[in-house]
Amino acid sequence: MEPILTKRFAVSNAATIDGYMATGGYSTLSKLFTMTPAQVIDEVKASGLRGRGGAGFPAGVKWGFVPKTTGKPIYLCVNADEGEPGTFKDRELMTKDPHALLEGIIITCYALESHTAYIYIRGEMFQELQILQRAIDEAYAKGFLGNKVAGHDFKLDVYMHRGAGAYICGEETALIESLEGKKGQPRIKPPFPAVVGVFGCPTVVNNVETLMAVPYIIEKGAAEYAKIGVGKSTGTKLFSVSGHINKPGNYEIPLGLPFSEFLEKQCGGVWKGRKLKAVIMGGSSVPILTAEEAMKVNLDYESLGAAGTMLGSGGMVIMDDQTCMVTALKILGDFYHHESCGQCTPCREGTGWIQKVLARVVRGEVRPGDCDLLLSVATNMQGRTICVFSDALAMPVKSYIQKFRHEFEDAGKLGLRKGQQIQTWE
Amino acid sequence: MPKITIDDKEFEVEAGQTVLQVCLDKGLFVPHYCYHPKLSIAGNCRMCLVEIEGRPKLEISCNTPVAEGMKVRTKSQAVVDAQKSVLEFILVNHPLDCPICDQAGECKLQDYYFQYSSVPSRFKEEKVHKPKAKPLGERVMLDDERCILCSRCVRFCDEVAGDAELCIDNRGDHSTVSTFNGQPMKNAYSINTVDICPVGALTSTDFRFNKRVWFLQKTKSVCTGCSTGCNITMDHEGGVVYRYRPRDNEAVNQCWMCDEGRVTYKYINDDRILSPLVRKEGGLERTTWENAWNQVRMLLQNYSPDQRAALLSAQLSNEDLAAWHSLVTTQWTGAAQYGTGKVVESPSEDTLLRRADKNPNSYTTRALGLKPLDLGKCKLLFVVGEASETDLHTIATKKPEVVVVISSNSSTKFEFADVVLPLATFAEQDGTFTNYQGRVQRFHKAIAPRGEAKAAWNIASHISLLEGGKIPDTARDCFDLLAKSVPAYKSLRWDELGDEGKLVD
Ligand SMILES: Cc1cc2nc3c(=O)[nH]c(=O)nc-3n(C[C@H](O)[C@H](O)[C@H](O)COP(=O)(O)O)c2cc1C
Ligand code: SF4
Ligand code: SF4
Ligand code: SF4
Ligand code: FES
Repeated sequence: MEPILTKRFAVSNAATIDGYMATGGYSTLSKLFTMTPAQVIDEVKASGLRGRGGAGFPAGVKWGFVPKTTGKPIYLCVNADEGEPGTFKDRELMTKDPHALLEGIIITCYALESHTAYIYIRGEMFQELQILQRAIDEAYAKGFLGNKVAGHDFKLDVYMHRGAGAYICGEETALIESLEGKKGQPRIKPPFPAVVGVFGCPTVVNNVETLMAVPYIIEKGAAEYAKIGVGKSTGTKLFSVSGHINKPGNYEIPLGLPFSEFLEKQCGGVWKGRKLKAVIMGGSSVPILTAEEAMKVNLDYESLGAAGTMLGSGGMVIMDDQTCMVTALKILGDFYHHESCGQCTPCREGTGWIQKVLARVVRGEVRPGDCDLLLSVATNMQGRTICVFSDALAMPVKSYIQKFRHEFEDAGKLGLRKGQQIQTWE
Repeated sequence: MPKITIDDKEFEVEAGQTVLQVCLDKGLFVPHYCYHPKLSIAGNCRMCLVEIEGRPKLEISCNTPVAEGMKVRTKSQAVVDAQKSVLEFILVNHPLDCPICDQAGECKLQDYYFQYSSVPSRFKEEKVHKPKAKPLGERVMLDDERCILCSRCVRFCDEVAGDAELCIDNRGDHSTVSTFNGQPMKNAYSINTVDICPVGALTSTDFRFNKRVWFLQKTKSVCTGCSTGCNITMDHEGGVVYRYRPRDNEAVNQCWMCDEGRVTYKYINDDRILSPLVRKEGGLERTTWENAWNQVRMLLQNYSPDQRAALLSAQLSNEDLAAWHSLVTTQWTGAAQYGTGKVVESPSEDTLLRRADKNPNSYTTRALGLKPLDLGKCKLLFVVGEASETDLHTIATKKPEVVVVISSNSSTKFEFADVVLPLATFAEQDGTFTNYQGRVQRFHKAIAPRGEAKAAWNIASHISLLEGGKIPDTARDCFDLLAKSVPAYKSLRWDELGDEGKLVD
């Protein structure tokens, strides 16, 4: 497979505009300006490219929702908040190939007839911010951004905006609130951002990785992109692999690759010769799969969906057979309790409740009925809130308990034995 | 007009309405906390979830616009379960304060819990603890543990009071309502946040811990703080008024009132003149009504009608003004009548409710053509109701031979008075005021007159009788008198004023 997203990872100076252009960078723009915005949208629709931020919504379809005759400016927001535990792909993409993101932004803004793009970057990523800012400055200097993009009659300004370290600001409407200078918490929908987004204007929010696939689609055509992958899961996807694995890191693979093959051939298998116990396939929010389930799936939206989980952001966490699932879930409980924005009753109260029960179970103080209580609380948190953050804790809770219930019950009978606890990283 | 079905009943509704608005309009109650008809939609409490056919999840009715053919269920098993669970979640960190909570008895959490849940909580962990008495401003106190974070108070300040003074700090179950930079909330409408807080989180520093609300009797009334005449519910018990709360009247005050008006009830309780007083050597002495009437009779004998005058306050009701107007103009031929009222230095004023004219009834004093005070040839002056400082000063310096003061409170300056008659406040009688718009609004008798106080129309009726006249002696008849004597009031009928009042012609 020819890499699309990571093709410049080995090029040492790709982050500079010279290095980028030497490897074909910004060359799609000449083709772009021969197309109409509607043609660009159609091309991206035809490619089947789906959002890589988590929800997997077709990018071209989303762009098509934007009303263009409201007289209001249209905005593009680039979601570079990357807060999902287990996910670290956007970070490497931005560090190693920042101009490719800018090229994707130029194409997308042209399609949307938008003249302003904001890159909302996670506050902790300071170096990445500097790298991107340098790339933006270079692009302005070379005329790829500004009043006449690449000499054409198209104006585009790109601004960086730093978040302040809240996971919820990765949710697109919380991101918009935060960008507007307000407290980062999700908005109720309707209205959707495509109609009422940043400053009340039509807005598209896309993930970094989504936008970085766009130049290839324009350069080679939708059909070429759609050839990669399977069915409705076209193209390539980055997986961030971490946990009990021999070769952690980001891997670009064609969608549809069997997990078993990916694990053994590319990631070097489970570390220390241990057996696989469980896998988080697409970031901490998705239901966990047992080793047995994992070995049967292919890494695409449909296959993972059929297995009862999600491809999500592609943050893959490998757990070996010595992993304590109670502790693992408690860590997630801590995270989601800490990060809930607190607007919605079920999420605000449910995350705290679950965290407290899990913390107690981890201390070995199990009460009869704890598992059923956790399942019930998780069910009550699901599908009843402003954003899906609440589901993002409910789903792991339910799947961990359903699939590893005995560990939660044993935690009480035995007290957590040391050997069962999650291994520290070596 | 789209048609929608709610719980198997079909309704024609207006496009653009939300499902919750329709349900509430049609009397199909759906419980809700964060929704408030005058505020933007927050959609955070999740109490108003309903089932909509064809949608995979329950939807919040407060943010779901109606659509043709929509089928809504407000009582299905899924909805009932969701309501139970939302209440269970709210109670996770809610303290068991009910026995000492001011809101008990009018608390939406208590009420909904009994109606929609009534099952014991399964939460057995330690609750989050937060400050119990955090002043948000001079008039509003927050019990952070009781707050259910519905954000009504925050939205009120931002959207109605016009100053985003409140915010929600922190996040998750550590969220707390705060003021920016901890600066005290100063807006002129802050106590409304107490009214719209669905639980006992916000209390009014004026009212808290004063009374269990179920002992209070409620009487429909009107605020006398300014010429807007906000509609209020007067809460009282045992002859004491405890608080005012705004009462809905879309045409006047929507559902709000200002803080200043809110505390004007205090004069009803404090510093009252309890009996008639007459001047003896050395000062004013208590006396009986009988003696007082004798005194007044003597005065009337000593001064011919053209030597008499009445100074009538815009604080008086329509009935008071009608009775005195009639007494002066029809019985005391040649007597003069003047208007007065409360005047404050740099009065508060804004575009929401507060008006610079701090009298509830200036409209009628103007309609009766009352002129500014001019003592002229006046020898016997009746001062009826609260007069301006300027007028009191004029009277004190150019003192007529005899002054009869009719007043409710001893805080008024009346060193010059020869006779003082105790006046009942509006809380102690039935009557009407005409607000600045010309809206005649009814207030109802809440408590018995304090001491031996009497209404001004009643006093007029008595005085009239001393000389064989016949001013009516009920409020209703005095109102008719006004309708007869002022053309603009002609078509108004006491019984037809309703709860929201009627405009004069
Ligand atoms: C709690 C939460 C956190 C999220 N965090 C991110 C994030 O860090 N980065 C991201 O791209 N999308 C994140 N999303 C998804 C965004 O809401 C949105 O769907 C996405 O940015 C759209 O871009 P895409 O269509 O290109 O995937 C998050 C969603 C939720 C509910
Ligand atoms: S679900 Fe949780 S994170 Fe999302 S808006 Fe509601 S409270 Fe905030
Ligand atoms: S707010 Fe309501 S439920 Fe809470 S303590 Fe007060 S009365 Fe009880
Ligand atoms: S203080 Fe009352 S009104 Fe304000 S957020 Fe809390 S519960 Fe709602
Ligand atoms: S009333 Fe609808 S969510 Fe609160």
